[in-house]
Amino acid sequence: MEFTFDLNTIWFILIGLLLTGYAILDGFDLGIGALHLLVKKDIDRRIMLNSIGPVWDGNEVWLVTGGGALFAAFPHVYATVFSGFYNAIIMLLFMLIFRAVAIEFRSKRPMKWWRQMWDFAFSVASILIAFLMGVALGNIITGIPLDANKEYIGTFWNMINPYTVLVGITTVALFMMHGSIYGVLKTEGELNQRLKGWVNNSIIFFVICYVTTTMATLIYFPNMAKHFKDFPPLFALALINMLAIANIPREIHHGREFMAFLSSAASIASLLALFAVGIFPNIVLSNPNPEFSLTIYNAASSQKTLTIMLIIAAIGVPFVLAYTISIYWIFRGKVKLTNMSY
Amino acid sequence: MDVEILSRLQFAVTIAFHYIYPPLSIGLGVFMVITEGMYLKTKDKFYEQMTKFWVKVFALTFAIGVATGIVMEFEFGTNWATYSRFVGDVFGSALAAEGIFAFFLESGFLAVLVFGWDKVGPKMHFFSTLMVALGSMFSAIWIVVANSWMQTPAGYHIVGEGLNARAEITDFWAMVFNPSSVDRLLHTISGCWLAGAFLVISVASYYLLKDKHIRFAKSSIKIALVMALIASLFQLFTGHQSAVGVAKNQPAKLAAMEAVFNDQTNAPLYLFGWVNEDNQEVKFGIAIPSMLSYLIGWDANTKVTGLNSFPEDERPPVNIVFQAYHLMVAIGFMLIAISVLGVFLWWKGTLFKHRWLLWVFVFSVLLPQIANQVGWITAEVGRQPWIVYGLMKTSEGLSKAVQAGQVWYSLIMFTLIYIGLFILFIYLLNNKIQHGPEEADLIPSEIGHPKA
Repeated sequence: MEFTFDLNTIWFILIGLLLTGYAILDGFDLGIGALHLLVKKDIDRRIMLNSIGPVWDGNEVWLVTGGGALFAAFPHVYATVFSGFYNAIIMLLFMLIFRAVAIEFRSKRPMKWWRQMWDFAFSVASILIAFLMGVALGNIITGIPLDANKEYIGTFWNMINPYTVLVGITTVALFMMHGSIYGVLKTEGELNQRLKGWVNNSIIFFVICYVTTTMATLIYFPNMAKHFKDFPPLFALALINMLAIANIPREIHHGREFMAFLSSAASIASLLALFAVGIFPNIVLSNPNPEFSLTIYNAASSQKTLTIMLIIAAIGVPFVLAYTISIYWIFRGKVKLTNMSY
Repeated sequence: MDVEILSRLQFAVTIAFHYIYPPLSIGLGVFMVITEGMYLKTKDKFYEQMTKFWVKVFALTFAIGVATGIVMEFEFGTNWATYSRFVGDVFGSALAAEGIFAFFLESGFLAVLVFGWDKVGPKMHFFSTLMVALGSMFSAIWIVVANSWMQTPAGYHIVGEGLNARAEITDFWAMVFNPSSVDRLLHTISGCWLAGAFLVISVASYYLLKDKHIRFAKSSIKIALVMALIASLFQLFTGHQSAVGVAKNQPAKLAAMEAVFNDQTNAPLYLFGWVNEDNQEVKFGIAIPSMLSYLIGWDANTKVTGLNSFPEDERPPVNIVFQAYHLMVAIGFMLIAISVLGVFLWWKGTLFKHRWLLWVFVFSVLLPQIANQVGWITAEVGRQPWIVYGLMKTSEGLSKAVQAGQVWYSLIMFTLIYIGLFILFIYLLNNKIQHGPEEADLIPSEIGHPKA
């Protein structure tokens, strides 16, 4: 394959970075949600919620912006995937609504049934969101049936098969691991100790899923490994990925919680990078007719639009990074409940 | 029902529900900037406590706005895939700009606005409030630009044919400043200011009627009345500008707004009426002769193009557009009347002495909301049958991969979930209103602001 570093490739990478940012940031708050029901006491659940309280909304914006950027840079991918996966996307939207509402409304009344109802909604929605996103990624790897007009011609049930479900579960496991580490970072005392235990369990859970998914991918979808064979230095990504995961328990053991979190973030980033290298230059693989695949070229906007967007990104991104980092800095440290808390 | 009507219904339901919230956020954003600005200037704790109360209301509206807003962004792809392929190249840069410039700004600083009172100093907090308010307005800018491009496309050319045809951008700034975007943006933003201002006026008047939080209520009303007066008068001006623009750029829409069937000079302006589309007449109507022609050209001889000059399949539904438009205009004048009367009585010193006026204020919160909704109905139904005016019909923009059954399911679910969401919203809003501002914050303390 010839590799040319053009605008289309840049936007493939930029959207990848946006989605990576989303996975790292919303990943930990989805993970906190997935673990939420395991915490039993109301005060502890409030601490869990408030650990993500000021930031979850901003984290979700990465998804919104990722969606917007996809629409702008690769309109055919946006149109094909969102209309083709109609039922799944609608379900995802419902879950995003339930989750937002649950976070916002849980604290508003003291009754036990009220809080349990929203706790349940929050946790189940978090798990389903992670799962559905994983299933979507799985479908990108397996490929989906497309026709010559770039339209999806399968049904909802085409999307669900053992492999895509496996990727879905792996995503939930990944976010649980990531969320538990974030939880350790934000809590104190007994809850903190319990979360540390969960970090270990969730790492084991994730590693089992991860190894299974990797084997399944190599056996059933060897095309994902093609670029790695053609250009072996890319194996460094896999190595970074393994080291990052292995490093997490080490950092936790030494009490370097923030380093453990960074390590977990690095493992998410390298996983997505492996995925992106695997599918490049396709964005949506057509299966069974690979000639109908959506690539970074046939699905893209014009060069002019890609240029304009690059200018917009160049102006906007430094600001976004500056105040995202400032806001995380302002809310650093352990959670303290106040009268403005959830 | 077929996919087209179901998808249109679903879009209408989800956007109409969504649009209850962003105007409140935008309007309250401005209000909070004013009150927190007064706190910084006067150092009077009272204004801080006032800001804190409205921040809580703001956070509630903002949360629902975000949750329902994600739906809108995804719905272009789920239900209008062909449209998305057609406009992606043009529309995309506006959406991307909205994400990068607006969403990150408002959601990021929202954290400081709501949760940061004890984490940052007063100036930094004020800065965050300002950024949230600005972010919400940036968001309006890009959305209205994108929508205006659908009304009056500019700065593009068509590439490809038939199924593969799509609009590609040729001139970014011509796209951004397309013929209708500035007028419509100003008109939309002042509608948002009105929504926020009248929510404040309504809640505060309720307190006065209940004899609670008197200083808080009076002060809130005065600030909001000034906002309302400015915005409602500005609305008259931007509304006029928009109508002139519609006459020029979307004559079929103007013809539907005023039920003009045949080309004519000295076209009348209806105050109200009921359009019989089959007989092409307006029943029970009262009209000012020649006024429409006069208003759009400052000359009674200005020719207004009638609906019959357009092919039958390129005419919008007339009565819906007519009624929506006239209701919007009527409410616009009511809001001007209420604001002017309020300011006049304030000047006379008797603003808070008329209980009937306070009751009018309490219910006034509904007016801008209704006007915003029917205003958008005028704009969007008036554009039909086009999804992009003159370029693509709504029926051509649908997702080919989506079946009617799927949309039935999602439409019913959205409707049910949104009804539940609305009940929760009213319930929680009422809770916050009953709870009222924290009087405790008013007791002067030695400690003061932690980082002041």
